[in-house]
Amino acid sequence: MISVENLTKAYGAQRAVDDVSFICEPGTVTGFLGPNGAGKSTTMRMICGLTPPTSGRATVAGVPYRRLGNPGRHVGVLLDASAQHAGRTGREVLALAALTMGLDTQRVSARLERVGLGGASAKRRIRAYSLGMRQRLGLAYAMIGDPAVLILDEPANGLDPEGIHWMRGLLRDFADRGGTVLLSSHLLREVEVIADRLVVIGNGRILVEGDKEDLLGAAGTLVRASDPAALEALLQRMGLTGTRTADGSVLVPSDPQTIGPAAAAAGVVLLELRPAGAGGLEEMFLRLTAGTETGAAAR
Amino acid sequence: MTATVPVSTAPAAPAAAATGRIPLTRLTVVELRKLADTRAGSWLLIVIGLATAATSAVLLGWAADEEQTFSALYSFGLLPSSVLLPVLGILSVTSEWSQRSALATFTLVPARGRVLLAKIAAAILIAIAATAATAVLAAGANVLASALGGDGSWSLDSSLIWQSLLLQVIFVLMGVAFGALLLNSPLAIVIYFALPTVWTILGETIKGLGDAAEWLDLNVTSQALTEPDMTSGEWARLAVSVGVWVGLPLVLGTIRVLRREVS
Repeated sequence: MISVENLTKAYGAQRAVDDVSFICEPGTVTGFLGPNGAGKSTTMRMICGLTPPTSGRATVAGVPYRRLGNPGRHVGVLLDASAQHAGRTGREVLALAALTMGLDTQRVSARLERVGLGGASAKRRIRAYSLGMRQRLGLAYAMIGDPAVLILDEPANGLDPEGIHWMRGLLRDFADRGGTVLLSSHLLREVEVIADRLVVIGNGRILVEGDKEDLLGAAGTLVRASDPAALEALLQRMGLTGTRTADGSVLVPSDPQTIGPAAAAAGVVLLELRPAGAGGLEEMFLRLTAGTETGAAAR
Repeated sequence: MTATVPVSTAPAAPAAAATGRIPLTRLTVVELRKLADTRAGSWLLIVIGLATAATSAVLLGWAADEEQTFSALYSFGLLPSSVLLPVLGILSVTSEWSQRSALATFTLVPARGRVLLAKIAAAILIAIAATAATAVLAAGANVLASALGGDGSWSLDSSLIWQSLLLQVIFVLMGVAFGALLLNSPLAIVIYFALPTVWTILGETIKGLGDAAEWLDLNVTSQALTEPDMTSGEWARLAVSVGVWVGLPLVLGTIRVLRREVS
């Protein structure tokens, strides 16, 4: 369980993170979304005790991170897969982590195997690793202490489609066994498949948060009519404002149960009527975060 | 649908024993291992070993017979490690920032002061190990020397054993201190070697600085450690210069490491 309460970080006059609060429950995957520079990484560094917050607090398993005696056994953290000594081998990095946590280094081989870095890859120095390999090693590093909580910053970066699919399975399974996952991304598509909850941040502030299902439901309905003008007239009479999407359909902030009967009564022929779902969510995400990127904090 | 159903069984709830504070001994073992497990670290240790062996070879091959004693082999043998071990000390701190592994290190051990303490302990232990290894090597070379017609005498003032060990520890700690203060590998290495030398030159050339240099020039005050039976005055001067060159940067460096934001 992760609890973030009114976390704020100011660099001079710039508020990189501004009054951010959310909770990640056991058994769930929380997608932490926002454009680059929105404050995701700063928030995660504050949760992990690496950056002192200007105000507010964060706890993991009910305790501030820095008060955890042996954090690696409670929380697996991957903030930057490239932040490892380039001159160490993948195996050595995991062995050092296991040693620090007081674990048998025997487990290292199996863990490397599990993330697809067995055999020759394990003995290579990280300098020679691709970004995807570093991410895999980072995931193994985060999970080597068998923690109950995972905090991952952009873990899908550099992974190929197969790797992303594999990671989703890994995290879904982790959460289904009762684990808590917080993972950030600047791409909605990367997290929407596995996230149970979404926290969207822009310019350091939370823009929207909630269960993914609720957010998907609130995203509206896609309607396509054989006569777009007739549909527009109908929507006007219903007091709804539709947004025309790229493929010619109209995104309406209402549900199919309302629009379907109204269209039938008005004699408007519908070719398509379905919940906007992910597409609508993306639309909403882009709308919410539009313009925040330019004024984004430096870190 | 509520996706936030709490599940009672976490993947692996750690046993209470596993959640205690990480003992300093374990951290020291980890830091010792980190000294040698990178390409830079392992090569540095190999070079120190080879150079130390080379000092014995030089004395056995070219020194006059009466100079081939344990005392000479030992004190000359300490030269490579006294010059290069501090670089290992510097890298043990600076590489965490230059290579950005501090992110992972301080995530596993949020108590940064303890990590630094473990690094200091590891540096002291490696200095002791290097001194002991040099003594063993010098002893072997001395056996060889007497077989080859050299002097081969074993006399060594016992005070020299401790003083030479202290000298190694002082320099390796100075490395750690400069590393912590500057947190940048090339900068710390250059400053570590250049600054004391510049100070020595200034102390010798500028008359007004001569008196101060007697107390504050570590190159001068540490010379006494290579002679047996130091006087109390020599100890006092050594203590003052160590305070300035090791103690002060170590304190300031610790503050910097504790405060610096890791990213």
